[in-house]
Amino acid sequence: MSERGWVQRELAEEFPELALHTHTLDARPGASPPELRERLRVLSSRFRGMHAIALRRNPIPRAYRVFFRQIGLDPDTHRTPIEQAAVKRLLDGEFASQNLLDDGLLIALVETGVPVWALDAAKVEGPLGVRVGVAEHREGSPGRLPAGRILVADAERPLASLFGELAPGRGVQDHTSRMTLFAVQVAGVPQIHVDEALWQVISALGAA
Amino acid sequence: MDRVVAPDERSARRALRTQIARLERDLGEAFISAFPRVELDVSIPASGGPRLLSIGELEHVRDALVERLAEARARLDERGLVEEKNRELLERMLLEPGRYRYVRIKRSDLGEEGCGEWHVKPRLGLIGMLAGWWHVKLSSGCPLAGGPRASAVPPQLHTEGGQALA
Repeated sequence: MSERGWVQRELAEEFPELALHTHTLDARPGASPPELRERLRVLSSRFRGMHAIALRRNPIPRAYRVFFRQIGLDPDTHRTPIEQAAVKRLLDGEFASQNLLDDGLLIALVETGVPVWALDAAKVEGPLGVRVGVAEHREGSPGRLPAGRILVADAERPLASLFGELAPGRGVQDHTSRMTLFAVQVAGVPQIHVDEALWQVISALGAA
Repeated sequence: MDRVVAPDERSARRALRTQIARLERDLGEAFISAFPRVELDVSIPASGGPRLLSIGELEHVRDALVERLAEARARLDERGLVEEKNRELLERMLLEPGRYRYVRIKRSDLGEEGCGEWHVKPRLGLIGMLAGWWHVKLSSGCPLAGGPRASAVPPQLHTEGGQALA
């Protein structure tokens, strides 16, 4: 179902299990349908405080925590996506519905522990991959990304800092009609979970 | 141009990453064991964003995790000692409540989940107090009873006189 992106050789030798999985589909952003909002309500009721604490024992959240340590991130400050969602759930009292795309991404994350991001496919040139950046300008934002930063990029330019923000203007906008989804697989995350995460988002987008 | 990494360095980096993975797992288990009895600081300050770490940086992460894990285990051991002593005191209270008049031990200070506390009280109020009839009651407790400061109260190790140690 998904395509496998490229990983720069230096990174692939360092992290043999690191992989980027992508899928492009026709989909438009919009309001979340009732069935998706209901799924979020059910997930909210199943996910309590002790679940958030015990996430560290779960193999997949733990795998991302380990990877964060190995690439110089402190997962207790720069939280992994699933832990960030857990904290937000505790603070907000629920998994709050936002819109079709964000709800689909959130459901996939909570159900599988695997984070998925979405880009405007019209702004992606060539296959996506992961590489180490040189000091380069990121369109739409002042300054330059420091050299050595691990990036998600297409053939032309960086699109996001790994596990960070998308480059301005590259994410899904109101006029987007085609989306490119990508998920980052690290050591300890089974392929089936990555496939399931992508499928969850595709399914949610198709539910509208 | 891709950086060339010598085989020796590559195996050293792999070993360090394996150690980091194991330490993160152990630290996570300690964190879960501690909650909510003990608050642990498991963060390791980092800066510079996601990048390939040098061997020195990997060693720094590994060493910091070792330190955090040692601290966590020491704090858990201390806490365990306090809880064990309080459990011994509770046994003595149950055997001879009259010797521990008005002594209270919270369930949390025994390592038990939930609210409530064990409390030595006189049977039948004033009559029991005058007659020397004492018993131990387990109250259900109320999460609001202590007010917003309740969570800030540190765990107590109680002496036989019912006085709490700092």
